Amino acid sequence: MTVTPTAAALRRLIGLAPALFVIGLFMLVPVAVMALYSFLESNPFGGVVWRFSPEAYLQFLFERDLADNLVFNPGYLIIILRSLGLAILATILCLIVGFPVAYFIVRQPAQHRSIWIYLITIPFWTNQLVRTFAWIIVLGRNGTVEMPFRWLGLLGEDDTLGLMYTDFAIVIGLIYAFIPIMVLPIYASLEKLDFRLVEASSDLYSSTFETFRRVIIPLARPGIVAGSILVFIPCLGAFIQPDLLGGGKKLMLGSLVQFQFATARNWPFGAAVAMILLAFVILCLLWYAQAARRAGSHAGALAHA
Amino acid sequence: MPEARAPAQFRNAGEVPGLRPAAYGFMAFLYLPIAILVLYSFNAGSLVMVWSGFSLDWYTKAFANADIQRAALNSLVVATVATALATVIATLAALVMTRGGPFRGRGASLVLISLPLMVPEIVTAVAMLIVFAGTGLSLGLGNVIIAHVTFCIPFAFMPIRARLEGMDTTLEQASADLYGTDWATFRYVTLPILMPGIVAGAMLSFVISIDDFIITMMVAGAGSTTLPVYIYSMIRQGVTPEVNAVSSLLLLASVLLVTLYWLVTRRREAADN
Repeated sequence: MTVTPTAAALRRLIGLAPALFVIGLFMLVPVAVMALYSFLESNPFGGVVWRFSPEAYLQFLFERDLADNLVFNPGYLIIILRSLGLAILATILCLIVGFPVAYFIVRQPAQHRSIWIYLITIPFWTNQLVRTFAWIIVLGRNGTVEMPFRWLGLLGEDDTLGLMYTDFAIVIGLIYAFIPIMVLPIYASLEKLDFRLVEASSDLYSSTFETFRRVIIPLARPGIVAGSILVFIPCLGAFIQPDLLGGGKKLMLGSLVQFQFATARNWPFGAAVAMILLAFVILCLLWYAQAARRAGSHAGALAHA
Repeated sequence: MPEARAPAQFRNAGEVPGLRPAAYGFMAFLYLPIAILVLYSFNAGSLVMVWSGFSLDWYTKAFANADIQRAALNSLVVATVATALATVIATLAALVMTRGGPFRGRGASLVLISLPLMVPEIVTAVAMLIVFAGTGLSLGLGNVIIAHVTFCIPFAFMPIRARLEGMDTTLEQASADLYGTDWATFRYVTLPILMPGIVAGAMLSFVISIDDFIITMMVAGAGSTTLPVYIYSMIRQGVTPEVNAVSSLLLLASVLLVTLYWLVTRRREAADN
């Protein structure tokens, strides 16, 4: 090639600059500014006062009483824990439901597999807000689930099963929104699995369950881990599901961030909540990177053996 | 992909009874709520949950609603402009990443480009809100477009980079051997082969932009509402079947786009094999 090193460097710069500029200026810098905001004082009229204050982080654990003393208040801690709890629950349920589906698809003939995958991908690309709204019609008062009960006279005119505005409704909404991104990576890792190993295992008299536990699951682990991370992260930061299906009363971290910015107008506290959320995400990604590296070195060792 | 499955005689090993009904049940779970929503959009009555006969009234009403028209137009403008910009930016970046050789900051650039995929949407949303509000940047629809370009870049980038990585470079080398200039090689060899990747990237970014709700809601000022944000306000104000009609149309648009994407990539795979 006739390209000199400096010309190559210039080209790289010209090619990459727009992407790095846009994402840097409108994403990285904003997140950095948000981090800064979390350490400032809040302005009661919205925005911030440019004075350092740890108040936003203290607010997670304490509130100030009339004499300005810090009093322990578990309110926000509970929101953090319930977010973690609901996100973990939704992830586990996605795994329990998604794994057999992925396994079933892998065992189908090739031309059927791609149709199944297409059908699973479709809902993921349709509007999440609309799909969550659909569950209001299903779970809501006089909704699809309640209808048969009413017809059979098991539910009076003014009664309701009370499915909406509960943690149950939120978890259903989360599973519904994110289960496709659990199935796809598991499917990808099962597709690489050599089913002769499964055959060997059953030849050696292991039960189906033992084969699953000791052959299939370990070999599908990369997909399981990737799927779980991909589901867990958006579940933790979810806004739509707790807002629409939890009625905005059952707050999660994502809805708490939105509430602080849009309604309560406490920007430093909102920013601090967003920072906590981001910290959990970074922890997840670091753990995942480490797990992937370990899995990579195992795979390398196997290849050399 | 070569056939990696076991020969037929091994198929019975690892077969688990009851998986088929479970998989069909799963599909029902995936599609029934959407089907119910679409079904109710044809409901004649004004109560969402009570079926009172078939009608297209709510579609007529939705089409005649000036606010919905404006929101839909905004959505189209934002998605078109954002997709065009994001696709060009992503194509340039993908070319550097796959053809630019090793250079310092390559890994960091890759992390930066995929940042919008990893940071939760609500965090991106408020971070952008802080900066837009803090700098007083108020470009109307422009703010929304800037936000959409930012988060569409990685979605456009992924299929384009995948296509470039899977591409046979011998044709590009042949072109250079035949005294094709760099530009001619790019214009007449690389770009045509890359085109399916670019189309795929553009489609993904269009779907992502059309569907985005949280980020748009936070950065959009009055008058720059998009369809999902408008739908949200309709849901909040109390549900009329008009929401079902608009929602069904939005679903239909996404399904058509994704189907098109699927057909494009499938034909590509078939051609490559």
